[in-house]
Amino acid sequence: MTCWETIGAYAFRSLGYGERLLPRSDFTLCQQFTLIGSGLIWNVYFGVVALIFGFVLANAIAFAKASHNPIARKPAEWFIFLFRGSPLFIQFFLAYEALQLLPRAGIDVFGITVQTSWTTKAWAGALFVLFLNTAAYSAEIFYGALRSIPKGDLEAAEAYGLTGFAKFRRIQWPTMLRLAWPAYTNEAIFLFHSTTLVYFSGFPAFQQRGDALYYASYFADKTFNPFVSYPIVAGYFIALTLLLIWLMGAINARLNRHLPSNMGGKIRLRLQVIR
Amino acid sequence: MFEFCADPKSLEGFQWFACYLTSGKHMNMYWAFGTVLLLLAVTAPIAMLFGFFGAMAARSPFFALRLIGKGYTGMVRGVPDIVFFLFFVIALDQGIEYIMHLIRCPEWTEPVRNGLEFRVCPQAKVPLGNSAQWIHQFYGFMLAVLTFALVFGAFAANVLYGAMQAVPRAQLETAEAYGLSHAQVFRRVLVPQMWVYALPGLSNLWLILIKATPLLFLLGVQDIVYWARELGGAKTQAFDYPHPDWRLYYFLFLLVFYLGFTRVSEIVLNRISARLSKGQATAAGEAMRKAGI
Repeated sequence: MTCWETIGAYAFRSLGYGERLLPRSDFTLCQQFTLIGSGLIWNVYFGVVALIFGFVLANAIAFAKASHNPIARKPAEWFIFLFRGSPLFIQFFLAYEALQLLPRAGIDVFGITVQTSWTTKAWAGALFVLFLNTAAYSAEIFYGALRSIPKGDLEAAEAYGLTGFAKFRRIQWPTMLRLAWPAYTNEAIFLFHSTTLVYFSGFPAFQQRGDALYYASYFADKTFNPFVSYPIVAGYFIALTLLLIWLMGAINARLNRHLPSNMGGKIRLRLQVIR
Repeated sequence: MFEFCADPKSLEGFQWFACYLTSGKHMNMYWAFGTVLLLLAVTAPIAMLFGFFGAMAARSPFFALRLIGKGYTGMVRGVPDIVFFLFFVIALDQGIEYIMHLIRCPEWTEPVRNGLEFRVCPQAKVPLGNSAQWIHQFYGFMLAVLTFALVFGAFAANVLYGAMQAVPRAQLETAEAYGLSHAQVFRRVLVPQMWVYALPGLSNLWLILIKATPLLFLLGVQDIVYWARELGGAKTQAFDYPHPDWRLYYFLFLLVFYLGFTRVSEIVLNRISARLSKGQATAAGEAMRKAGI
């Protein structure tokens, strides 16, 4: 089997297309690169979808936590505490066990039967956990940024006659994003990193369709050699991280475009956002 | 445990639970909480040590040393830590056995890595094949400790490197002007001053370390996650204490344990940080002065 044939057979193996059987002996470098790269599709899927939906929810929760009304503030505080105070690993296990308790036959809602079996699959269940988890971590970052908006900016906005939603949309929200962005970039990086936990927690890999680390550990188990497959995953993730930093850096530059060039927030590793 | 537990099948209600929760396997689970705490207690200082030397290397004037230090501090940035956990635990095991192999069997001619096998001579096995069960468990635990320390050492090196850079340059220059050597400046000026800057990062690191302990399960240690899965699974009538799938409740218990643990840690760390900020010329210290604390 040439390398091109291997790529043809295994490039979309993680999605269920191509060769069904995984290689069992005579592992080539090409196979390892292809299969692990194929698994990376899942990491990107979990990361991108959770990040986009998490961003929206995080904004809502951050503003709820900053609210004076305890009916909005208390649930937001508890949500953030629950997801930031416990390990993601346990959250995955718990979610899997909880989702399994849903009735197998589906739930009747106004005469329409809603299927439940898909919720225990990783693509939905694990994504849901990651989504809530990143929303909690991001909300804390956004809340911190919201509190550190310079008082003068808000006073200036009021002096210009901006109040209510106009003030929020044109001053408060953009400034919050600008201040939060370096920390949020790190959150995004570590969200992508934590997607590797999915197939090592409760969620099973259906028909051996797993993520990058799933295939890497498959090869490491079969060959008793961790020095090939794990560096390959590492390489893939470094490339993914660099891409993410570049993308978030571009957004950061846009958020800071009205500032003198030396005043933009610099993106660097901040440990408070790691799970 | 209790006297009325002799015949589990005849029990009901409260007595059943009292016996169930004190059965031998549950005792093992409670001990596993001790394992987790022990891991934290042993790993934290070792990781700090690794981090300290990593940070020192990263700011060394020698290029090669600096490269090693920078590589070590940077490694956790681009690669998921779970990859390191899975990698180190095998790599360390094979590395140790390979070194033992070189020492104990110099006349061994067969290649160690032969196709799909990693085979060292029987005398080089760590621990030896005929050693007791607890030695195997202890070795597995120590391997996990070393793996955790290596990964979290890299995190700590990041924090400590940042803290060393944050000490005002003028302080070091003043010390140099007084004629202190490089080593003296490091020991007497830099290290005592860096802790205030390092504390926020280190407290976060402690919380991250607590939340990483369930990964012990992936390293093959019989930790609380292992027991929660083992004990929570459905038990048929063949068992002394039959029950349906209770894993949800076991994991709920673990969740509450971790929430409590991180919350208590947070409160203690906030107190320490307040104590250290008192009277300091920092924003936190200034805020405390204004509030009249």
